[in-house]
Amino acid sequence: MTLISRRSALVGAGGLLLAGCDRITASPTVRKVLTLGEKATLSGQRLVTGNALAPEFTRADMSPKFRVNGNSMPGSADYAAHMANGFTDWKLEVGGLVARPLTMSLAQLRSAPQRTQITRHDCVEGWSAIGEWTGVPLALILRHAGISSQAQYIVFHCADDFSGTPYYESIDMSEARHPQTILAHTMNRQPLSVAHGAPIRLRVERQLGYKHAKYVMKIEAVSSLNGIYGGKGGYWEDHSGYQWYAGI
Amino acid sequence: MQPVTLQDEAPSVSRPLVYRTKLPVRIWHWLNALTIFIMLMSGATIFNAHPRLYWGAYGANYDNPWLVIGRRGQEGFLRLASLEIPTTGFLGYTSQSIKAFPPLVTIPNYYSLAEGRQWHFFFAWVLVISIAAYLIYALVSKHLQRDLLLTSEERKPSHLWHDIKQHARLKFPTGEAAKAYNPLQKLAYLGVIGVLIPLVILTGMMMSPTLNAAFPWLLEILGGRQSARSLHFLCATGFFAFILIHVLMVVLAGPLNELRSMITGWYRLPAERPEDRP
Repeated sequence: MTLISRRSALVGAGGLLLAGCDRITASPTVRKVLTLGEKATLSGQRLVTGNALAPEFTRADMSPKFRVNGNSMPGSADYAAHMANGFTDWKLEVGGLVARPLTMSLAQLRSAPQRTQITRHDCVEGWSAIGEWTGVPLALILRHAGISSQAQYIVFHCADDFSGTPYYESIDMSEARHPQTILAHTMNRQPLSVAHGAPIRLRVERQLGYKHAKYVMKIEAVSSLNGIYGGKGGYWEDHSGYQWYAGI
Repeated sequence: MQPVTLQDEAPSVSRPLVYRTKLPVRIWHWLNALTIFIMLMSGATIFNAHPRLYWGAYGANYDNPWLVIGRRGQEGFLRLASLEIPTTGFLGYTSQSIKAFPPLVTIPNYYSLAEGRQWHFFFAWVLVISIAAYLIYALVSKHLQRDLLLTSEERKPSHLWHDIKQHARLKFPTGEAAKAYNPLQKLAYLGVIGVLIPLVILTGMMMSPTLNAAFPWLLEILGGRQSARSLHFLCATGFFAFILIHVLMVVLAGPLNELRSMITGWYRLPAERPEDRP
């Protein structure tokens, strides 16, 4: 008798505890409080990091094989056409809060000043791969287009989608102006493959992988992320609750 | 009513209540206990995203892991280098999940990497701030010097060996000696405060690509980001082991008396065993 009641008491208590945990994790207030951690992390990391460079490696340190993640082939007809002719007609659009909206062909991007860096790519899932990237510093393109002082974020519009919802990402001006933030057209000394984001992919080396938008078609300078897609600054931020600040 | 403890069976001589644990230590203990549980459980969610560990700077699916928690069909396993241990029902595969750690031990209790990260990084701040406050208190109040550091007598190998033997026989200090921590207890607490917590914080920080830019030398010392991730996991295993032993010791030493002393500060000295009396 005692044993049974004690056991049912235990089961009941366990059930209550789990239900309590459920209620806590689902509570909007709790979720809101938890986002304070993200704000503190952003401020704290910016404070101690400043403009410091992400560690760079040598060719001997590179991953033998660099894992492909996320989308590996955009599904649109437009993209298929660009891919078929080797992106010769493709042009990157630069717009939004800039004095001189412009477009740049892949050839123009390749003949602009370049930066090459061997860096570590860290996925939010926990794995890392080291590769060599060559591309144009984003800061140069933004300066060329006459970026407005009103601009707070750079939004990257991409050719790929998840079930029809386009991929996009955004970074703030402090990452956009960082010397290692480049639009890469070359990876491991080869033209960027389709699986890794051809024709160009963003490299923002002090952030996690989901910020490194692939298949970048258009970059847009904006003063706020409100009203852009879901308003949280990126596909994963809008749809899976990932943190906009991906410094950890 | 007298609290029920194992020592209650021994004939009681004089068993005064003593004020053993000061308020700041008690507050930190419970806040830290909550934090460590949330960190272990939300960390399990994060580990589930990629249940493989590597040494060095890089490591992904094509590289060689030193530890994998996975499954083959309906069989869960943990693989340590080339040693494979079946874990069906616990890790890798349970009737409720195909993740490395089952939902029973994760926060949230379903798979959401995004939510697991929110919990982990919020309580990371709680952990950092509370251990800093505790360490400052422990130094200034001399709690560290008086209660935690081993005396020169206790540091002697013969003394430690005696203490190990007493522990193995489940004979815990009684009477006056029970007012202070015993040497193994001191070493366990110092290990958590001085090694595990600082190391888990540093290895956690070094998984941040931004903090890698800020402190590249620290990343070098730890042997690269994937080594930092492995060490972080090993620290978590250390916390888990500590909790098991800690709770076991509390149960053996008299759970109600021990709990009371960590809640109110007041501890009833265990009665001396007849054979210990002169």
